Amino acid sequence: MALNIAVCVKRVPAPGSRINVTADLQSVDTANLGFTTSPHEECAVEEAVRLIEAHGGTATVITLGPSEAEEQLRYAASVGIEKCVLVTAADGLNWDPQRTAAALADAVKTVEARDGIFDLILFGNESADSGSFQVGVRVARALGRPIVNGIKGVEVAEDSITIRRPIDAGFEVYRLPRPAVIGVKEGINLPRYPTMKGRLASKKAAVEVIAAAAEPGGQTRVQLHRPPDKASTTVILGTGPEAAPAVVDLLAELGLLV
Amino acid sequence: MSAVIVIIEHDRGELASASLEALSAARPVATQLGVPVVAAVCGGSDATANDTAGAIAATCARYGASEVVSLMHPLLADYGPEAWGEAIAQFVAQRRPAAVLACGTDRGNEVMAHVAAILDAPMVANCLTINPAAEPWAMTRVQWGGSLLEDSTLAAPVKLLTVGHHAVDASSAPVAAATSSVFEPVLDASLARTVVADRVVREAGVTLTTARVVVGGGRGVGSPEGFGILEELAAELNGKVGCSRAVTNNGWRNHTDQVGQTGTRIAPDIYMACGISGAIQHWVGAMASKNILAINTDREANMVTKADYAVIGDLHKVIPAITAEIRRRR
Ligand SMILES: Cc1cc2nc3c(=O)[nH]c(=O)nc-3n(C[C@H](O)[C@H](O)[C@H](O)COP(=O)(O)OP(=O)(O)OC[C@H]3O[C@@H](n4cnc5c(N)ncnc54)[C@H](O)[C@@H]3O)c2cc1C
Ligand SMILES: Nc1ncnc2c1ncn2[C@@H]1O[C@H](COP(=O)(O)O)[C@@H](O)[C@H]1O
Repeated sequence: MALNIAVCVKRVPAPGSRINVTADLQSVDTANLGFTTSPHEECAVEEAVRLIEAHGGTATVITLGPSEAEEQLRYAASVGIEKCVLVTAADGLNWDPQRTAAALADAVKTVEARDGIFDLILFGNESADSGSFQVGVRVARALGRPIVNGIKGVEVAEDSITIRRPIDAGFEVYRLPRPAVIGVKEGINLPRYPTMKGRLASKKAAVEVIAAAAEPGGQTRVQLHRPPDKASTTVILGTGPEAAPAVVDLLAELGLLV
Repeated sequence: MSAVIVIIEHDRGELASASLEALSAARPVATQLGVPVVAAVCGGSDATANDTAGAIAATCARYGASEVVSLMHPLLADYGPEAWGEAIAQFVAQRRPAAVLACGTDRGNEVMAHVAAILDAPMVANCLTINPAAEPWAMTRVQWGGSLLEDSTLAAPVKLLTVGHHAVDASSAPVAAATSSVFEPVLDASLARTVVADRVVREAGVTLTTARVVVGGGRGVGSPEGFGILEELAAELNGKVGCSRAVTNNGWRNHTDQVGQTGTRIAPDIYMACGISGAIQHWVGAMASKNILAINTDREANMVTKADYAVIGDLHKVIPAITAEIRRRR
């Protein structure tokens, strides 16, 4: 049962203790930042690689973004994804989610017309930066395929895909026909690190470039800003184990020593 | 007459408190527009569905819905994102509201995304404020799980919006004479493909989201075994152990313990963050805690400067001392 799987990932900056915004208030200031993808998407990549290891077949990673997003494609290649697709746009930054989804759906159709239908397309549950919670659903709908988000377990059978979604009280099980689409959450697996061999191979991986053409959607960014910092003066209760009585006084005061 | 429709979230008849937040957020929008709040409740079409619909309708009226519409179809008896999205999209097409609101929960965002895709309309997720008086409408929404805000505008015949979970307090505003009616969507049998097929229920107990005390550990804990002293302290306080992503990434703890943007959002009476630097993606999951105590060797760590309280020192020495002190006082 060889599988044909696709994963969609988005290049995002990786801020540490603080996010800064550019002077035009349109973007995160990335002058001193590295880039990554959402942990949800890293897990989607890992899940695709595991499914191919278990069942055989091919996995393709797709991103829409600037040419620098090749870095995220190559990272996916370094942990075992075979094919890379970069969907570019002249101004491919900060696309709204409707436009992003339209371009990705077109790219999937282009690749499928040549390589065959993807049995499964994996998305992250939400992107790390914009967190629009909709690109995967829009792409699935455009392709006429079922999609369920929030997935932390996948089993693929000959004609169905069984998935698990955690809820407060436990988890729900869904059974989708193939082909299907899912939105994955971090925790579905523990992603591997690239091996030296993987890293070297990924440098040579071919990247297919598809030019995107999609109309802007109805949501328009005006500006980005940081929420006001919580005004806090930290009360230092002490240094080292000698601070224990002060900590326990605090716990008692909060009524937590029951 | 136009309206603001609120998608009511419930699990087989059990109303989610998030729905009350969505109703509370919808009221000022509807008032500014001079239109009623209409609650849309998906459900099955048998007798028990009728009963639960009645109970839900009464609650919706208490929270300001002047009209409650039951979207009834056998395929809506249990949750299914495609079927719920399709039913609401049909109701929206018929009713032509000014806006549709839901709470930005897993299900709320998911159903709204389906509605948006079906109607080919824009959707703005996790709004904190909504200004329907501006032209086009203006909203502030959450990015980076809450570390960054985005002001945006929305131009569309029907505004599809979700409201950040816990961004609005649920407050009642009873409507004296709420009306109720039934809308029967036409749903293709194939939509059963994404209806919940099965459920597995865990034993109840204190969880990371309900615990009054959370003891969190980060890279500074050093090893899986290092968490023993955190477990002991948590047990002493009937609390739970949480952790940072550095910890789950190292395979030291299960991801279900992870606090943060891609983990769990916690709101305990006290969060004791031990050996955690306080990266923004961790902070957004912890910031709703009523009190934060950081235990860290680095006085300048972000977690320390943002916390209410801090102990500067080696967690391996500080935590056992706290546990011993608690035991001594008992
Ligand atoms: C899109 C995205 C999403 C993310 N989501 C999450 C998320 O949900 N949750 C999350 O936690 N992270 C998340 N991260 C990762 C986050 O950016 C940080 O990398 C992570 O939180 C760091 O974990 P840490 O604080 O344990 O480790 P570090 O940053 O390495 O900090 C370790 C701390 O321990 C202190 N320390 C060391 N030894 C001791 C000792 N003996 N006693 C006391 N203190 C000591 C150090 O001074 C330091 O402050 C995300 C990142 C991205 C890009
Ligand atoms: N520019 C992009 N390129 C590829 N995939 C994307 C892009 N933007 C979003 N996605 C995918 O869609 C998911 C949901 O994104 P969002 O709707 O922005 O929360 C992400 O986790 C990605 O898997």
